[in-house]
Amino acid sequence: MTVLKLPTFSPSTLTNAASLLRILALAAIAGAAISSRLFAVVNFESIIHEFDPWFNYRATRVLASQGFTEFWNWFDPTAWYPLGRVVGGTIYPGLMATSGVIYNILHALHLPVDIRNVCVLLAPGFSGLTAWATYMLTKELKDESAGLLAAIFIGIAPGYISRSVAGSYDNEAIAIFLLMITFYIWIRALKDGSVLYGTLAAVFYYYMVAAWGGYAFITNMIPLHAFVLLLMGRFSHRLYSAYSAWYAVGTLASMQVPFVGFQPVQTSEHMAALGVFGLLQLIAFVEIVRSYVASKQFQVMLRWFLVASGIAGGLAIVGLTITKTIAPWTGRFYSLWDTGYAKKYIPIIASVSEHQPTAWPAFFMDLHMLIFLFPAGVILCFKELREEHVFVIIYAVMASYFAGVMVRLMLTLTPVVCMAAAIALSSLLDTYLSVEEPARPDSNGVDETSAPGADVPAEVTVSKKKKKDVAAAAAAAAAHSAATTATKAKTKPSATYGIFGLDTRLVVIVNAIFMLVMFVLHCTWVTSSAYSSPSVVLASRRPDGSQNIIDDFREAYYWLRQNTPQDAVVMSWWDYGYQIAGMADRPTLVDNNTWNNTHIATVGKAMSSSEEVSYPILRKHDVDYILIIFGGLIGYSGDDINKFLWMVRIAQGVWPDEIKEPNYFTPRGEYKVDDQASEAMKNSLMYKMSYYRFNELFSGSPAFDRVRNQQLPREGPKLDYIEEAFTSENWIVRIYEVKKEDPLGRDLKTANAFDGGKKRKPSKPTSRRRALTA
Amino acid sequence: MAPPKKVSTTASSSTSAITSALQDLVQSYKENTPKRVKIIDAFLLFIVLSGVAQFVYCALITNYPFNAFLAGFGSSIGQFVLTAAFRAQVNPATRSQFTIISPERAFADFCFGSIVLHFFVYNFLG
Repeated sequence: MTVLKLPTFSPSTLTNAASLLRILALAAIAGAAISSRLFAVVNFESIIHEFDPWFNYRATRVLASQGFTEFWNWFDPTAWYPLGRVVGGTIYPGLMATSGVIYNILHALHLPVDIRNVCVLLAPGFSGLTAWATYMLTKELKDESAGLLAAIFIGIAPGYISRSVAGSYDNEAIAIFLLMITFYIWIRALKDGSVLYGTLAAVFYYYMVAAWGGYAFITNMIPLHAFVLLLMGRFSHRLYSAYSAWYAVGTLASMQVPFVGFQPVQTSEHMAALGVFGLLQLIAFVEIVRSYVASKQFQVMLRWFLVASGIAGGLAIVGLTITKTIAPWTGRFYSLWDTGYAKKYIPIIASVSEHQPTAWPAFFMDLHMLIFLFPAGVILCFKELREEHVFVIIYAVMASYFAGVMVRLMLTLTPVVCMAAAIALSSLLDTYLSVEEPARPDSNGVDETSAPGADVPAEVTVSKKKKKDVAAAAAAAAAHSAATTATKAKTKPSATYGIFGLDTRLVVIVNAIFMLVMFVLHCTWVTSSAYSSPSVVLASRRPDGSQNIIDDFREAYYWLRQNTPQDAVVMSWWDYGYQIAGMADRPTLVDNNTWNNTHIATVGKAMSSSEEVSYPILRKHDVDYILIIFGGLIGYSGDDINKFLWMVRIAQGVWPDEIKEPNYFTPRGEYKVDDQASEAMKNSLMYKMSYYRFNELFSGSPAFDRVRNQQLPREGPKLDYIEEAFTSENWIVRIYEVKKEDPLGRDLKTANAFDGGKKRKPSKPTSRRRALTA
Repeated sequence: MAPPKKVSTTASSSTSAITSALQDLVQSYKENTPKRVKIIDAFLLFIVLSGVAQFVYCALITNYPFNAFLAGFGSSIGQFVLTAAFRAQVNPATRSQFTIISPERAFADFCFGSIVLHFFVYNFLG
């Protein structure tokens, strides 16, 4: 019996219409996913964002203009001056190769698209594919409607958008798609026991290895899944076929990426996959033997076999560890288990803000209502617990942990949250949208054993009340039997439980729709306000609400490009290395590829020491210009003074005798830039460069730093060894030129004092100031 | 697969139980295995021997072109597991586990997997 009379169609019409609607819905979802990522382009312009993308963009330009072989052999002498960098062997080339291929295809079709636009729009484009891959994977878990929900969730969830807005040209842009498609194909391979899908999973795994360092997540997730299935006693030859094909082909394939090299057979991160592979071989072998012999003899043989293989395996591990063939875990990996590890031993990892532990509000901000539906979806997975559900449960547990440890790993949690939430919501909608109604207890009269009223799930209190006046006696009688049959009832066919009446359905469905609308509003708001800033161009609001674009970075980089010789070496903190190389096209000392800690510490030392100590370092490294970021004037908090302590810490790691962190604090342990600032702080090159001539802006009244909210000393710092070369409009970027040795052989301090005494009369400084502040 | 070789070395110390069990195993294998599966097993045995030879060479003499060793050894291992999966998919005793894979499909899968595998092997030989 049904609550609503539905118009009837022939089954073929229904299936055709359903599949057409699904295709349309998927296309619409892909469109929504792509267009919601275009805020950055609409609000600002088609520009590459942040820091790492600038390097990827620069590498892609090389690939597009000079071809793949040149790109592969590219040695970049301008990075890490004077060391240089072998780019081809130290990157994951998947991203650049992808956009290179797209660029070439478009040009072969005579569509003269600029390589920058390919790069800017790559991430939104791949987010559409991610939505499709998530749909396919969720379809395997439940059904198509859950798949569509998962697709729209992943399409607009801020947790994924944060890394894939237009212009955010980073490895994650394609990696999440590869993650989902690899998992989907793995599930298919496992379900069918297909070598074809296993091999395809390996091919996509290879693509993933070529694209993102996070491939280790797949390297450990799939073995973990296989291992858990083994522990659950679910060995099957399907598992053997799928896993073996994936591992054997995938491992060999992953070693083709030069940056990965022999790691898959040498480092501990990859050993779990190898161990599970070996275990599967043993179990498959034992299974085959068992099929041939009687069980008693099998036990005898099994005992011998276990002893022999145990001894052999133990000896092999001991031997490999002694000979150091297997490398120990790397620091980045330790920091996943011990969140304090990085801070103690590898400050350079801890100094990156995206490696910090996640704050609780971030989960709500990035996932909104999905984070509440997520546990429900995982529990629903337990209800069915097929192989693919086991996978989602493991994925959920692992990703939740990692997302709690590191902010950036929120990215790997988002897909599983979307899938689980879609399963939960789709189950809810299935239940409440179905027009089937369970048989009313009074209508079948005699049939008391079925007692359907008592089996109604607890949330249907409304319908219970309505029904009570009719069947109060029957319900009371059935109440105690309900307790015993409640668990069984869930698995019974639908007639025994369900929802009564239209009103209950309406209440729940309207609520669900309300939540979905709120989710969309939240996602749009977060995307447009928080995640679409290119951070190369800043935006602020004027008092009247109109937008004010702060373009200091590009102004300064363009100045460098126009006013300095091509080979002028620019020193800056490593955050800005890629941008200087990409936008100003000048050699840099250090950049965001933080492979050489000592070199970074050298820059840290130069920044945190006094001028006299820094000058020889600067000269030895041929530094011509120093670029710093200063936000004190307009209150830009991501400036170098706020990062300064990390420079000190990293320098201290290499020169513990010369640089000491406590010296940079006031005696009371505060980090201050005002009168109470410590001597080391006031004398440090960074402090001097930041506040040089700062108080002139305030025409007599004490200068005020709007980031630290502190008043600066009346007397501004003096510079002897370097001189100001350029300061951008809002003082965000300041560039200093390092003076050459004095031609008369004096040291620069006395030379400067001499000049200062003599050249008081000509008004050169004031004219320059006018030029600067104008 | 040809099982007896692995255990027989450690079985020297005691029991006739193990030797008789092994004899039964060999007997049962001879009787209950289709001829085609035996051919696959012979191929598997060959791959094992070639893999062992490479490993011994690597361990005793040199692993110098390590990529070449990995490519060769990976080829052995990969081909072994692909063939073993193929064996499981066509063997009447285990075929029931694969619901949608017919023996013909299994052979096509096997070929596809082997081609992809050897594409990477060839690329890695150096």
